[in-house]
Amino acid sequence: MIVLDKITKTYFNADEEIPVLKGISFTIKDGEYVAIMGPSGSGKSTLMHILGALDTPTNGSYLLDNQDVSKLSEKELAHIRKDKIGFVFQSFNLLPRSTVIRNVALPLIYSRVSKEERTERARQALLSTGLPEDRFSHLSNQLSGGQMQRVAIARALVTNPSLILADEPTGNLDTATGELVLDTFKQLNDKGHTIVLITHERDVAEHAARIIYIKDGSVLRDEAKKRS
Amino acid sequence: MKVTDLLEETYIALSANKARSALTILGIVIGIASVIAMTAIGQGAQSTIQSSITSAGSNLLYVTPGQQRGVGVQVSAGRGSAQTLTQEDADAIQREVTLAKNVSPELTRRYQVTAKGTNTNTSVIGTTFAYPDVHNMQVDQGSFITDADVKSQSRVAVIGPTTRDDLFGTDANPIGSTIKINKVEFRIIGMTVAKGGSGFSNPDDAIYVPISTAQRYLAGDKYVSNISVQANDAESMATIQQQITELLLQRHKISDPLQADFTVMNQADILAMASSVTGTLTILLASIAGISLLVGGVGIMNMMLTNVTERTREIGLRKAIGAEESDISMQFLIESVMLTFLGGAIGIILGWVLAFGVQYFGFTTTKVTWDTVLLAFGVSALIGIVFGYYPARRASKLNPIQALRFE
Repeated sequence: MIVLDKITKTYFNADEEIPVLKGISFTIKDGEYVAIMGPSGSGKSTLMHILGALDTPTNGSYLLDNQDVSKLSEKELAHIRKDKIGFVFQSFNLLPRSTVIRNVALPLIYSRVSKEERTERARQALLSTGLPEDRFSHLSNQLSGGQMQRVAIARALVTNPSLILADEPTGNLDTATGELVLDTFKQLNDKGHTIVLITHERDVAEHAARIIYIKDGSVLRDEAKKRS
Repeated sequence: MKVTDLLEETYIALSANKARSALTILGIVIGIASVIAMTAIGQGAQSTIQSSITSAGSNLLYVTPGQQRGVGVQVSAGRGSAQTLTQEDADAIQREVTLAKNVSPELTRRYQVTAKGTNTNTSVIGTTFAYPDVHNMQVDQGSFITDADVKSQSRVAVIGPTTRDDLFGTDANPIGSTIKINKVEFRIIGMTVAKGGSGFSNPDDAIYVPISTAQRYLAGDKYVSNISVQANDAESMATIQQQITELLLQRHKISDPLQADFTVMNQADILAMASSVTGTLTILLASIAGISLLVGGVGIMNMMLTNVTERTREIGLRKAIGAEESDISMQFLIESVMLTFLGGAIGIILGWVLAFGVQYFGFTTTKVTWDTVLLAFGVSALIGIVFGYYPARRASKLNPIQALRFE
């Protein structure tokens, strides 16, 4: 469960203040599939960084599973990222020259999980993304874009996080592969995973059950769609 | 992060860039190998000199003419040059310094020596029957000079094996042959056992004659070039040194000990001086090698900085999936330590081989000690930490948001 209350973020330059987020409040319940949508420069990336515990807000509170994340130290934020958040990036960010399994298992080494368990959990995560099993021992840079993104999704899943945060996950993919990846998210959501999708494309956002529109650092609209 | 995972990550990262890792390691290999080889040469020289000093006999005191103490290692340079010690001085020491076990007055000069159709230039040492005891020398064939030979000024000689080789050829039996030293005829009565000395003087390349004969027929006066005194034990050395000094000052009628026209040195003094010279040599060689090690270390730092820049996105990702600063800095630190450790291990082997080669091909004696090996290992690991620290810290302090956007 995510509760944002009057989140602001202001960057301070030499002598000017640049307000990027101007008091954002919303709640995302467990198991929701939410798209955060907005044009570039709207502050959605900054919002994603705060949601992902990569950054802290200037003011306001952010409760993740009833824990206030907004005032944590760098080390505590790392723990939050490790245990509660799974990232999916636009550019995949897989380790090249490493196998698919190793890429997916990577987050678990920071949780001190044994090697056997890591491999098993990585396999399970990969299976749930629908990547063909014969690809598991391939090197990550031998895969197609869609496959790479599914590996990245599996990596986000492997720690069993409270929140999967996807930043323009289809941005580097063609429409057909993009659909495939979005299907994967849909299936994961059906299994109960909380997913927050950040995008500037209406078509992509439409896949979510709820769309939060951000413009100029404020929530413009928050609309729930009927599940089709 | 578990240690095994850390090592696995390190292995993968280093083997991803084999050529670069190998070249960086090479810098450390060269550094460590030269430190090992250079100190081996230095310590080899040291042990050669020490063994040649100690093989000259144990518990020895040398009385030499015309030198002040502490000027330097001039034991051989001064011999025979100044003439202040006489046969009577030696006799007086023998008579009055009762703690002395053996007193061996020596008159050493170089002469041209001829045998049948051959000749050589070698040290001719005039001495007494005490010489073999004092200097740890054994007679191989025949006998050494006797007290009677000294008293009767007989023209007999004991030859060293190297000189025998030069004059009569290898394996020849020289006993009974005659040689001419400075045109004076001598009969050979014995040959010494090869000691295999090197360094200051080679006891195998020498001819020993009665000191009285040397004074009369060769030098033409009663001076001696030095007196070797052997003490019963190490404890009595200081007392004997004191007694000899007092005796000779009194005999030479000198009241101020600083004005003494002779020097009494004990073996420990000579050893200490020689050690300080070779010690300086070792330090000099090691520091030259140390500079190349430093350059190798800078190479490590350079590579690690390049590494951090190249892997900025990876670092960003690792942070995004929960790596703490300490995880990241550990990972990079272990990488650089692993590089230097590998370089150190290969360098030690290479240095050892080099040192062995130098000795095998006869340039000089070398000696690799465990101290040096452990030190080199420690230093290489330390270089990994020192030169890896800054890149590792830089990696760990990267902002994950910016790192992920890095192109």
